[in-house]
Amino acid sequence: MTELGWWGVPIAVLGGAVRVSTPFLFVSLGECITEKSGRINLGLEGILVMGAMSGYALSYLTGNPWLGVLGAGAAGLVLGLLHGLVCNLPRVNDIAVGIGLMLFGTGLAFFLGKPYVQPKAPTLPAMPLGGWSASPQVQAALEVNPLFLIGIGLAVALSWAFRNTRWGLIVRMVGDSSDAARAMGYAVPRMRTLCTGVGGFLAGVGGSFLSLYYPGSWSEGLSSGQGLMAVALVIFARWNPMHCFYAALLFGGAGAVGPALQSVGITSGYYLFNAAPYVVTLGIMIATCSPRRTLAGAPGELSINR
Amino acid sequence: MSDPIGRREVLKRLGVAGALGALAPYGPRSAQAADKLVVGVIYVGPRDDYGYNQAQAQAAAAMKKLPGVSVVEQEKVPETTDVQKTMGSMIEQDGATLLFPTSYGYFDPHMLKMAEKYPKVRFAHCGGLWTDGKHPKNTGSYFGYIDECQYLNGIVAGHTSKSKKLGFIAAKPIPQVLRNINAFTLGARSVDSKITTLLVITGDWALPVKEAEAANSLVDQGVDVLTCHVDSPKVVVETAERRGISVCGYHANQSALAPKGYLTGAEWNWVTPYTIHIQDAIAGKPMVNFMRGGLKEGFVRASGYGKAVVEGARKNADTVKAQMLKGEYVIFKGPLRDNTGKTVIASGTAFKQTEPLLEQMNYLTEGVIGKV
Repeated sequence: MTELGWWGVPIAVLGGAVRVSTPFLFVSLGECITEKSGRINLGLEGILVMGAMSGYALSYLTGNPWLGVLGAGAAGLVLGLLHGLVCNLPRVNDIAVGIGLMLFGTGLAFFLGKPYVQPKAPTLPAMPLGGWSASPQVQAALEVNPLFLIGIGLAVALSWAFRNTRWGLIVRMVGDSSDAARAMGYAVPRMRTLCTGVGGFLAGVGGSFLSLYYPGSWSEGLSSGQGLMAVALVIFARWNPMHCFYAALLFGGAGAVGPALQSVGITSGYYLFNAAPYVVTLGIMIATCSPRRTLAGAPGELSINR
Repeated sequence: MSDPIGRREVLKRLGVAGALGALAPYGPRSAQAADKLVVGVIYVGPRDDYGYNQAQAQAAAAMKKLPGVSVVEQEKVPETTDVQKTMGSMIEQDGATLLFPTSYGYFDPHMLKMAEKYPKVRFAHCGGLWTDGKHPKNTGSYFGYIDECQYLNGIVAGHTSKSKKLGFIAAKPIPQVLRNINAFTLGARSVDSKITTLLVITGDWALPVKEAEAANSLVDQGVDVLTCHVDSPKVVVETAERRGISVCGYHANQSALAPKGYLTGAEWNWVTPYTIHIQDAIAGKPMVNFMRGGLKEGFVRASGYGKAVVEGARKNADTVKAQMLKGEYVIFKGPLRDNTGKTVIASGTAFKQTEPLLEQMNYLTEGVIGKV
């Protein structure tokens, strides 16, 4: 392998953005749908971990990683529906239920996942999109997982659907004004439950990416808060699916800065570089927030806005 | 309608029964504690992590088979006041009289505080630097000179590497970790003094995504042999295998995870110190406060060589290993410079493995590209 030197940093950031962003992307798209309908599901971290576990377990048991992805989605769907149904009860706070679900999901995943820590499950294949380059580093950075591409497609489709389809408009109306939705004859609780379920499905798929592709094995320390960060990312992306995609790339790339700088010999201040994703978030939050107005694009029915 | 026992009475009786039921576990348990030695083992992570905690748990599992010993375990206990609560409940509720708190951060202040509170309980900590006069006699620390195996890893890596660049992914810059990095580098440079080790510090014991990123970055920089000091080397070993480079394992045997690239590995064998502590406790002998051992004493062992290991590497490593097994080999000897050019061990000085100064190591030797 040839020397790369300083070029290693941008390549690592690019590779990191492609590799690390997918779980962020799926969880934030799922949360975007949920929040557009007027609910917050903080439990996506638990769903992510549960998805990672069930995806790995199913892939190991059936030998087919794609079945694992589906199973992870199904597990996420069930947990998402659970959140949605519980929140339909009168005077239930969605944030509190979300925190409960987060603990429940991770706990359940750890409990059921014990037997799957040791075995090696078949993982998802990668698509080599870097064949045009002679550099093995670029080739490695551009090894793209199909889920990443599906995620991009989903982001585009969602942002189109929210604007142009009947279904998208109903979700937005339910999220912006439940009175208007009721007056139009739509069942608000049912819509929200469905949206939370779909959000859970996507978060579960995001979890399966962690265990089935990158880093590619199930262990209890697998998620270092990706699910929680993705929820924050939705606010950061102003409830816009395309922005969710950019934000996910940014987070993925920022996470790669710390290790990449150290491997080219920039060795001081690594704790600071490791904090890069959080610093980036804080910086943008401060730059875009104003005490004089509410966040642009925030669904009106979100409990944090009411 | 006759009502011989009123509702109130029923409730009262139920309450008494409930209270008795709640108390019941204490009776037999303390009786059990009297004739059986109850040993408590506390892990910082999950027991089956292919790494640090698994190595400890394997020893704990072996202890369960000893006659007159029962083992209670708790995993994923953070290095905070949580561990004090865990120790307290193991002592008070399970009747444990010998504890193995296995994580580095449990030692000071958590274990020392509990040792003051329970002077009759023995606390055997893994890896802490127990000092006579400073720390109580009912505490102690055991650790293995795994740097011997890391040195052997380094020799094999040095023979294997073509790019002359090795990679080391470390969790935190604490003395034990630095000692491993240095031993690995010294071993490799004993083969070829042009070899360098690129160091990436991730910042915590278990960060799978960051470890994978670090491994990929290092491979991109031309590293062709990788090793690590994190709690679970699984991710690093698998990533190295996927990128087609060689890897040396750590903590436990990971050869199954990298059939092509696994060279050898540094493994713990905690059965030895656990057995000594338990036998002393049963016999009522004072505990060995400062217990150390390497290859010779059976505290550590090297994984079998993988397919990719060349004949010369095997021969060289085996020769050094034979000397280590006799207790004759010195890894850290002067003149030794750190990677800023400062002399850290003067010429003519040779530190034996038992030297306490080595456990306060705060430098990286020449050839390591990185910073503490």
